[in-house]
Amino acid sequence: MGSRMRITNMKQLRLIANTIREDVIRMLYEAKSGHSAGSIGLADIFTALYFNVLYHDPKNPSWPDRDRLVLSNGHVCPVMYAAMANAGYFPKEELLTLRKLGSRLQGHPHRTSLPGIENSSGPLGQGLSQAVGMAIVAKSEKKRWRVYAIISDGEHGEGQVWEAAMLASKYKLGNLTAIMDRNNIQIDGFTEEVLPLEPLAEKYRAFGWHVIEVDGHNIHEIIDACEKSKAIYEKPTLIIAHTIPGKGIPFMEFLTEWHGKPPTQKEAEEALKLLGVERSTIEEEG
Amino acid sequence: MLHNHITFPAKGSAASRDGFGKALVELGEKDPNVWVLTADVSESTRTHWFAEKFPKRFVQVGVAEQNLAGVAAGIAACGKKAFISAYGVFSPGRNWDQLRVSVCYNDVPVVFHGSHTGITVGPDGASHQALEDIAITRVLPNMVVMAPADMEEARKATIAAHGLGKPAYIRTCREKMPVFTTAETPFKIGEANLYREGADVVVVACGPMVYESLVAAEKLHSEGISCAVLDLHTIKPIDKKAIVEWAKKTGLVVAVEEHQVNGGMGSAVAEVLAEECPVPVRRHGIYDMFCESGSAFELLKKYKLDADGIASVVKESMHMKKR
Repeated sequence: MGSRMRITNMKQLRLIANTIREDVIRMLYEAKSGHSAGSIGLADIFTALYFNVLYHDPKNPSWPDRDRLVLSNGHVCPVMYAAMANAGYFPKEELLTLRKLGSRLQGHPHRTSLPGIENSSGPLGQGLSQAVGMAIVAKSEKKRWRVYAIISDGEHGEGQVWEAAMLASKYKLGNLTAIMDRNNIQIDGFTEEVLPLEPLAEKYRAFGWHVIEVDGHNIHEIIDACEKSKAIYEKPTLIIAHTIPGKGIPFMEFLTEWHGKPPTQKEAEEALKLLGVERSTIEEEG
Repeated sequence: MLHNHITFPAKGSAASRDGFGKALVELGEKDPNVWVLTADVSESTRTHWFAEKFPKRFVQVGVAEQNLAGVAAGIAACGKKAFISAYGVFSPGRNWDQLRVSVCYNDVPVVFHGSHTGITVGPDGASHQALEDIAITRVLPNMVVMAPADMEEARKATIAAHGLGKPAYIRTCREKMPVFTTAETPFKIGEANLYREGADVVVVACGPMVYESLVAAEKLHSEGISCAVLDLHTIKPIDKKAIVEWAKKTGLVVAVEEHQVNGGMGSAVAEVLAEECPVPVRRHGIYDMFCESGSAFELLKKYKLDADGIASVVKESMHMKKR
């Protein structure tokens, strides 16, 4: 029988997010490949979800009444794996097997490799459709579980995302909350230079969605927005979470070059040092 | 030998897409977990029969085949069995990436129904004639690929796909074609049906080409050529045993399909034989080209995919045995 961890102490949540960042740095350094900026930038959102928002059961990942968390931009999976391990889905030691032969932690998530992964992903634009399918079933069968979809900004270049957005509106999926990682970067540069997406909030509102904008590093705001989305019955909700790619590791922040590369040994050591300082700061804040 | 299980010559005709639509209604009644989705082609792909009976388990996504596949994958991930239906050129034509990752890599039970396949879609022209769908689906892991021979076999293939609970592709046709298999004709995924024995050559066919090949074999018989006909309704997993058995017995294989010869059923047959029993193989179908508008039967004649055309291709292939 699952439930919600529902940690409400912000200091505790921020420390968990810090741990997740440290884990991601170690994982990516060990793997020698992977996507740093997005994974690090999503640590606060994944902390909010796994340690407060989601109804789930790490010891019984297939609990039928669990909330579904669909990750669309699969390349940020290190942060998901780190959140899952810290929540108790699997031993933390396994995190260092990321991207290695025989690992359950595939370079992009694979549904049948690791219990708790709802969908395989990698090719962008496919997650929201699957989340919509799940939400249609839940609504039709009057289930109480909700569907959360993590989507990226860059993947909105894929037409499929907009197809899914229209259908979610048609079926009035009040049980669907999409969280967009609005970090403004994609592989080839800034989103507004590669293919301008703005005005995103207006676009989604025009598509029939309820839109909330939050600071994607303010865990309280993220949790609050997720709670508010539950009160919107007749529309799906999009939470545009403004994030800083690489947040918490100053030499990574905002730089598009960190989208798709891992840290070197020196960079990893530096990043862990900075995160250690941040940990002390959070602890001292009391 | 299964020729006792078929009606030859056929007494009636129907479109194989009707078999799919009928099966969905049967399945919908038996299993509350059956869901059906379409992309703005519910009537022409025969899902409207299901929609009328089970509106709560029917999803209309509009003209959006990528979303069609993705939504179905999400539904199937909730323990449902999803059937999605559109023209073959659009699904799996337009949503192959979604088929690959959201369906096959997830390994969720979504059955793709591609209707209006082959040149028999006719007057709509080359843009709408799915001639590549077998090639693009049979390369995918976890996938089952079927091209039933007639309306009755399409009904059985659909029911079998439901029982399988795996990703699958079922290819059907728009045009009314002879119905020659019966409720009693056996159907098992992965087991080809032999409808006619022969000693000189075996025609391996799928879809409406099976019946045309039976008629061709009858003509060839009167000209002294003994031609076996194998219905390879399942292209993946392929029935190696039956293919090898009849290749050995006859020494010459002619594969016939309403599909590009490159990568299609004939290629799959040639792959099996190259590795397990090298005998000459003639792949007959559409030869790396786009076709054109015309009635189904005019096109079958033009591209030598009617009985006369198949008989002529078999005859011109006979010399391959002597090499």
